[in-house]
Amino acid sequence: MTEYTPPPPPPPPLHNLDARLREARKRREKHTVEGGGSRTSLKGAGLAFRIGAELVAATVVGVVIGLLTDYWLDTSPWGLIVFFFLGGTAGVLNVWRAVSSIGTTIGYKTVNEQDEDKGEE
Amino acid sequence: MADPLHQFEIYPVVHISLGEVNASLTNSSVAMLATTIIITLFMTWSMRGRALVPGRWQSLAEMSYEFIGSMVRDNVGKEGHPYFPFILSLFMFILFGNLLGLLPYSFTFTSHIIVTFAMALAVFLGVTAIGIIRHGFHFFSFFVPKGVPAVMLPLMITIEVISYLSRPVSLSIRLFANMMAGHTMMKVFAGFVFLLGWFGFAPLAVDVALTAFEFMVAFLQAYVFTVLTCLYLNDTIHLH
Repeated sequence: MTEYTPPPPPPPPLHNLDARLREARKRREKHTVEGGGSRTSLKGAGLAFRIGAELVAATVVGVVIGLLTDYWLDTSPWGLIVFFFLGGTAGVLNVWRAVSSIGTTIGYKTVNEQDEDKGEE
Repeated sequence: MADPLHQFEIYPVVHISLGEVNASLTNSSVAMLATTIIITLFMTWSMRGRALVPGRWQSLAEMSYEFIGSMVRDNVGKEGHPYFPFILSLFMFILFGNLLGLLPYSFTFTSHIIVTFAMALAVFLGVTAIGIIRHGFHFFSFFVPKGVPAVMLPLMITIEVISYLSRPVSLSIRLFANMMAGHTMMKVFAGFVFLLGWFGFAPLAVDVALTAFEFMVAFLQAYVFTVLTCLYLNDTIHLH
């Protein structure tokens, strides 16, 4: 014969459910850094697949802009030359931003700086 | 040997022409329609019980919802809530398109750049419009990097604009290239299986491994597309 075990305590009453829900929501919000602080949580594999295309895409966009400039302003081949290098620069910038966890924000701001700004607001 | 690129061919299933425009229902559109219907069925059918303790199917539906929900919460914050339905639809559409494309005899519409570019362009235009609506003219300060000498500004702004314009291109190239390369590679190795006769087991083994790899890529590419959409949205909403 097993010993008598007391029944489990009754679940907390529902009358303070609203307060508890509010508390839980607040707790969850605290974990959420407003404005996406958890960019580093981007999975490594996802990041690896990202950066290759960033470099190519910006160069392609640069070349297309260059060719269009040449076509409209009749500056061949200077538009292509200039915008090819600008596009390549933009591509390197994109890759650098992607890998240095600054995300894709335009402008030179580190994550810490963004947090500081948020504090000021 | 079978043409490994044959699988990407688009042919009309039902001929429709609106005046001069060829608006035929192609195999690509059929695949997209099927994907949309399957997603709708999956989400509604698996949630029909609305059980407190979810079963397997309900669990799957809730997991997809929670996954995107936390992605939007983490990357965009509270202001991202209105855009959650769009981002969930986008993710499910790409994910199911990729996964259903892995079935034999099906068609992978995400392996066509026009499809991925249309989706990326929708995201790009939408995000830009949200930025202009929310911030007005101030939105264009986005292209002016902080703390740069005035002499360098014309050069830097040009680079920033190119970088911004490259977003839809990189978004679409990445998805399309990964899907097309994967499916082509599988077909190429499958062709070797018959050419090599008894030694065909080697490419067959590669194909088995590639199939598993393709499942990962299918999920990962849907994830990357969606997470980048969230990041772009975040940049626009929380303008510096």
